Amino acid sequence: MEIKLTLNGRPVTGQIEPDCLLIDFLRDHGCLSVKRGCDTANCGLCTVLMDGKPILSCSMLAARAAGHSVQTLEGLQEEAADFVGFIADQGADQCGFCNPGFVMNTIALLREIPDPTDDEIRSFLAGNLCRCSGYEGQLRGIRSYLESRREKGDSRHGA
Amino acid sequence: MEHKEYHSINKPVRKKDAMQLLLGKPVYTDDVTPRDALVVKILRSPHANAMVEEIETAGALKIPGVVAIYTWKDVPQNRYTNAGQTYPEPSPYDRLILDRHVRFAGDAVAIIAAETEKAALRAMKVIKVKYQVLEAVLDPHTAKDNPVLVHPEEDWYPPCPVGGDNHRNLVASETNSDGDIEAVLNSCDIVLDRTYHTKAYNQAMMETFRTYAEMDAYGRLHIVSSTQIVFHVRRILSRALGIPKSRIRVEKPRIGGGFGAKQTSVSEVYPAFVTLKTGRPSKLIYTREESQIAGSPRHEMEIHVRLGADKDGRIRGIDLYTLSNSGAYGEHGPTTVGLSGHKSIPLYTGNLEAYRFSYDVVYTNVQAAGAYRGYGATQGIFAVETTVNELAERLGIDPTVIRDKNMVREGMQMPAYYNETANACALDRCMEHCRQIFHWDEKYPVRDMGNGKVRAAGVAMAMQGSSISNVDVGSATLKLSEDGTYNLIIGAADMGTGCDTILAQMAAECMDCSVDDIAVFGADTDASPYDSGSYASSTTYITGKAVEKACSQLKEKICSIAAEMMGCGTEEIVFGGRQVRRISTGQTLTLEEIGYKSQVFNNQAAEVTVSCSSPVSPPPFMVGMVEIELDKETGHVTILDYMAVVDCGIAINPALARIQTEGGIVQGIGHTLMEDIQYDQWGKPIESSFLQYKIPTRLDMGRLRVEFENSYEPTGPFGAKSIGEIVINTPAPALTHAIYRATGVWHREIPITPEQIALSIQDK
Repeated sequence: MEIKLTLNGRPVTGQIEPDCLLIDFLRDHGCLSVKRGCDTANCGLCTVLMDGKPILSCSMLAARAAGHSVQTLEGLQEEAADFVGFIADQGADQCGFCNPGFVMNTIALLREIPDPTDDEIRSFLAGNLCRCSGYEGQLRGIRSYLESRREKGDSRHGA
Repeated sequence: MEHKEYHSINKPVRKKDAMQLLLGKPVYTDDVTPRDALVVKILRSPHANAMVEEIETAGALKIPGVVAIYTWKDVPQNRYTNAGQTYPEPSPYDRLILDRHVRFAGDAVAIIAAETEKAALRAMKVIKVKYQVLEAVLDPHTAKDNPVLVHPEEDWYPPCPVGGDNHRNLVASETNSDGDIEAVLNSCDIVLDRTYHTKAYNQAMMETFRTYAEMDAYGRLHIVSSTQIVFHVRRILSRALGIPKSRIRVEKPRIGGGFGAKQTSVSEVYPAFVTLKTGRPSKLIYTREESQIAGSPRHEMEIHVRLGADKDGRIRGIDLYTLSNSGAYGEHGPTTVGLSGHKSIPLYTGNLEAYRFSYDVVYTNVQAAGAYRGYGATQGIFAVETTVNELAERLGIDPTVIRDKNMVREGMQMPAYYNETANACALDRCMEHCRQIFHWDEKYPVRDMGNGKVRAAGVAMAMQGSSISNVDVGSATLKLSEDGTYNLIIGAADMGTGCDTILAQMAAECMDCSVDDIAVFGADTDASPYDSGSYASSTTYITGKAVEKACSQLKEKICSIAAEMMGCGTEEIVFGGRQVRRISTGQTLTLEEIGYKSQVFNNQAAEVTVSCSSPVSPPPFMVGMVEIELDKETGHVTILDYMAVVDCGIAINPALARIQTEGGIVQGIGHTLMEDIQYDQWGKPIESSFLQYKIPTRLDMGRLRVEFENSYEPTGPFGAKSIGEIVINTPAPALTHAIYRATGVWHREIPITPEQIALSIQDK
């Protein structure tokens, strides 16, 4: 079947099998940041934004994304680059395999709650598993990003 | 101890690959290899022990897109081991690529190669297998000398004498001791006799096992795989496939976590075989379920401790017996078990008069175990540390004080650790430091919160090693580029830990340049110097030392080329980072000038390769303390604070050392409180996905705080020891202790689930 959707701001038309999962469609269309970690919607690695909201692309048929706007990390490089350096400074990227899903959901978090508390960060990102870092370094990274934004008096996100 | 100012090491430098990883660039096996390769799938046995009587593939081969199906009839008959270990491997040669005898539910029965995943999966359903189902050995207690043999085959072969016997279901067996343990225990005021049980935890690295294979331009087998051990994989494939090593090239791109799982060649042989047979590129990506049920998890162990002490808390004797369950194959079986005694008993070298450590490693019909961070030490330390905590509680001595009395200290010789001397040991300072930051004296007393919840604390110590003494080889190649920067080429595998970066930091420190001036490449059997691989807490210590040595040799080379350019003797030249100087005249040459000269009419390579091994394996040490809040009604444990102080010598990169520690602690928390491995009555694994196998989320770990106490290891680079593995060892005993403090019940099996806690309180 044929589907049309907006992928990272560009219109895309694809021929798919009806049972094609969105994650496979995205990887087939060059969005290799999207990772498969579990097959059971438990790990958050495949998180992408659909119409601006975070979803698990392993648990959605590509056909259901037809007519919608899907964004992967490939399309949000600048927004991500704004804060991921702070994660890097903590060394919390580690193996990196969970990073794209984690970064996508952090983008969603910062859009929804511009100045989150530690507990809000933990609870928003609870579905993003990481086996390497023990999570604390990711939290420190986000926290130091928020602090630096505050120091700069950046009010872009209403902080 | 040295107090030197460094410019590159001991600094929290960003990982060299950090931004690429964080921005989701395509750097992993499945990202960097062609998407149109043949899809490889494995048909797996549903039975724990069976013979394949008939296997019918004709129907499946008719499915459009199915290219090949291989069964036991098609593969070479050389038994081999998948264990990533130095030759001759301690692990027995007990595998075939496909064996008619399948030995666990999940064992490989057939290899399917197809144009698409769909076709491969359809073929999997259509292949007809008739099994002769055999009685399975599922209980490790009755495995030894069981009439049912997991490996009855006559060509079972142990390359090393480790006490194994396939006709007894024994992978390995040994006893070693120092002093008269029975006499010492008989003269002790108190002897605790306890048995502990730990499960076959999964590493659950986020990237499952995966391998790509192709024939390269020279007609050689080119493997791209997510592995910690490129050189061992090459050797394993060579033996399994029966082709020379010169026909194989193995490289690893970025790795999505390993934790030891990828120290076993789990997935490589299947696509390698397909590509060798078909000549076509092929790729095998394990599903999460396959990684859970047919990977290489931790060895399940039952550990029997007899610990003798005097009333004043002097620990005088430890007798430890470990029964280790290697599962269906023997990978890492003979070696992991050794650490359960050799890296737990030496913690109490202080007053120890005698010890005995004996073990049996058995075959059973469950998933084969392998290497997992901690490698047996984790299991042994859970047992010994919990026994010591129980001793302290029985004697009414503060558990940190009983450790002060008995712990190993710097300068002590450790009979239970191959008589090595603790040349660098800050364990005593780690304990004091942790007591301070944790506020042990306030948190140790049990506090009833008045709402059905109780707060309590627990403590544990740990050690590990740094490399396998007399075995591991670390190597580094360092080359000067014409702009005065360097290429550092290694065979160790950065699996996310940051070894590429910390090795570059060491090189930058030695060459007196910026970390950015060191470009790192690894690992590829064609291009890298030989390295055993990244495991056994070896990379910082052994490969780091190789880097240090390579730097000093390259400096000599650079000075020698410069001497030729200036027409003087090398002894007149001093190396000064960006330039060299002739002492007598003050004349200087920049590295750039020397680099360019090395490419014109030159007979001295501006590069060196250095290998390094160590006769010792210096232990890092650590103390962990945890405060929990336990709900007496539901048994739920909330971790409030976990504090740890680590002695890894010196942290080459404090940020990465800290993350290692935090990550290890959280994995240990998972093993202790939630991750479980169970089999049904037929030996089928139950926790086959992340739905059932729950690893910690960021809501499960409380607040972590990690600090360091430096020591100086004279044989390590800049005094460094290891950090990667030790950090997983304290949570099980510390949490078990805290749960006892809160409930009055000692749990001797992990995980300790809320149900078990609630029921244990009821039963009391």
